[in-house]
Amino acid sequence: MNATLPQTNTSEIPAPPRRLLTYFEEGGHTLGSWLLTTDHKRIGILYLYSIVFFFTIAAIAAALMRMELVTPSGDMVTSETYNKLFTIHGATMVWFFLIPSIPSVLGNFVVPLMIGARDLAFPRLNLLSWYLFNLGGLLAIYSIAFGGVDTGWTFYEPYSSAFSNTHVVTMVAGIFIAGFSSILTGLNFIVSIHTLRAPGMTWFKLPLFLWSTYATSIILVLATPVLAMTLVLVAAEKIWGVGIFDPRLGGDPVLFQHMFWFYSHPAVYIMILPGMGVVSEVIPCFSRKPIFGYHFVAFSSVAIALLGFFVWGHHMFVSSQSVYSALVFSMASYLVAVPSAIKVFNWTMTLYRGRIYLDTPMLYALGFIGLFMMGGLTGLFLAALGFNVHVHGTYFVVAHFHYIMVGGMVTGFLAGLHYWWPKITGRLYPESLGRLAALIIFIGFNITFFPQYVVGYLGMPRRYHAYAPEFQLYNVMSSAGASILGVGYLLPLIYLIWSLKHGKKAPPNPWKATGLEWQTPSPPPKHNFAQTPIVTQEPYQYSPEIEEELVHG
Amino acid sequence: MAEAHESLAEQFDDMPQQLEASTLGMWTFLATEILFFGALFLSYIIYRHTYPEAFAEAGRQVKILHGTVNTALLLTSSLTMSFAIHAAQKGRNRPLLGFLFLTMFLGCCFLAVKGLEYKSDIDEHLVPGAHFAHELPVQGQIFWFLYWLMTGVHSLHLVAGIGVLAVIAWLAWRRRFSERYHNPVIISGLYWHFVDVIWVWLYALFYLINRHA
Repeated sequence: MNATLPQTNTSEIPAPPRRLLTYFEEGGHTLGSWLLTTDHKRIGILYLYSIVFFFTIAAIAAALMRMELVTPSGDMVTSETYNKLFTIHGATMVWFFLIPSIPSVLGNFVVPLMIGARDLAFPRLNLLSWYLFNLGGLLAIYSIAFGGVDTGWTFYEPYSSAFSNTHVVTMVAGIFIAGFSSILTGLNFIVSIHTLRAPGMTWFKLPLFLWSTYATSIILVLATPVLAMTLVLVAAEKIWGVGIFDPRLGGDPVLFQHMFWFYSHPAVYIMILPGMGVVSEVIPCFSRKPIFGYHFVAFSSVAIALLGFFVWGHHMFVSSQSVYSALVFSMASYLVAVPSAIKVFNWTMTLYRGRIYLDTPMLYALGFIGLFMMGGLTGLFLAALGFNVHVHGTYFVVAHFHYIMVGGMVTGFLAGLHYWWPKITGRLYPESLGRLAALIIFIGFNITFFPQYVVGYLGMPRRYHAYAPEFQLYNVMSSAGASILGVGYLLPLIYLIWSLKHGKKAPPNPWKATGLEWQTPSPPPKHNFAQTPIVTQEPYQYSPEIEEELVHG
Repeated sequence: MAEAHESLAEQFDDMPQQLEASTLGMWTFLATEILFFGALFLSYIIYRHTYPEAFAEAGRQVKILHGTVNTALLLTSSLTMSFAIHAAQKGRNRPLLGFLFLTMFLGCCFLAVKGLEYKSDIDEHLVPGAHFAHELPVQGQIFWFLYWLMTGVHSLHLVAGIGVLAVIAWLAWRRRFSERYHNPVIISGLYWHFVDVIWVWLYALFYLINRHA
């Protein structure tokens, strides 16, 4: 079909509004229409399927671990199996669930909508990144199914190359390939946000979700290649038996840790910044107030991304690092607290005197603030050299990063998924079930992970399948909490799928939110907007006073 | 009002926007590439600093003649690539095709010389592992490991570059480029120059640095 030129206005009477086909309808329902799509919205949904699959695998591994840890003796699985379980859990959760969760699912769906574009800058690259992701995932699944990997998600040298007899190479190859999917996604976001903004959409009119997505993309593009090359070096050492980390040749295994954490610490911020972005959208909408200190929230995302590149050494305080570099890394780690605290402060100030609606996304967002604060503040404990040496390698660390990654990122993901669900599917989910699930997850999460702070402080080391009997109470609490958490995660899976058929039809803007994504039908048409929107307003123009009048006046 | 062009993808408003996006995309990709090689350059610097004598001794086995010829070949290919871009901007299809083929030819010559060099490296037992030349210090294996990995990854990039240029040449053959639309030529030129620049660093670090003593 030829592209039609915009018609000149010949009459004053506007044409009758014609309903545009949604992105579901246009292009059809065939398998091919999904597997060959270049529509960012469909690709976001493809990613959703993939990450739910990988989340399930990783969650099963976690459930098995928690079952083993109910009793102090290692009676359910052998220590080797346990090693494989936590490796499956860690590697799958990090690379095949958390990193793609918000950026690749929600980001893919809403970034073009938010900037008022028809698609991302490179739609075919976007589809390629989904295929690369699944190819990497398949290799990871292969290595799990045919024996597993026992190195932990960190693949520390020389254990991973010289001593481990498990499927390290396949797993590493899977992560290498999935890494390129991350890079392509990040590249696509950076270029789209730079070049495809709608007329009038200046940098400081961008919704804050885009600032955090942009900051995340910088990390994806600059840190992931270093991990990729580091994994190549591990694989080379394993395949040919020679390499640069081999102490017999004068190589230094600690160099591996430096290069691994040069990626993996910034990657930790890949696993929190997008969650912060979602919260920055949800909080103003459900307190009906503009965000407090827009510029500070925006720049704090960039600051976190940049500072994140200079703190990797705090993972290596007990790895024969010089005391001076440890001091510098410790201080730099403290600095990260500043932009993080700015965010928490500004969200709280946004709530202040707002008109707060406790809908499901808001419950998750409020939960995020609390849990992120717990995780962040204990992160400061860990940045302190002396305390770190005391709790290094204990459950205190496990509790800390689960508060950030699960309490923060997964909560943020669920907040965003509920917030944009009506836009994505055109259906409303059952609100009361949504709130119930949010509550169950919050309670289950805290029962699971708070005892781990205590037991870690008391000295229980991580990564063992057996432990001293005096730690049993805390572990039973943890395992009980994990089962509550499991129920909490199952609920949204059920009612969200239910809502696809039976949910109420969603209006274009169910939350009365600002932002371009709400100014187009739910679900959006294939090209997102009937006409390219023109942006004239600052973001988050909510006003509680006016709404008060609307309700009571 | 700008008329719709068949090469304008639907997500873009006009040709300049499309060019801006693809250029920024390639530069972002090159930033990724720099960090990709960066891990290896970092390792090289650290170990050279730790074992200066071993690296110097191992480094004297490198074939300077092959390296120098290859440097000349690759720098010349960057020049012909620039000519190709210039021809594309002027909308001259025959010179465009000619320079693309010349560039690919020079790239292939580089790979051939590199292959000969690898052959003699293997003959001289300069492959790290059990059969490594025993008269060299043991840390020399790290030097040679990095040599094989870095030049190997670079050669893979060059192979990819030749593949990209082959596609570009095919498109040029089909007369897809004009004065108005030649983004892919510019973008692949950027990549080609990048691969060239990486080689300049490799030449300095593996071939030249060992010549002073």
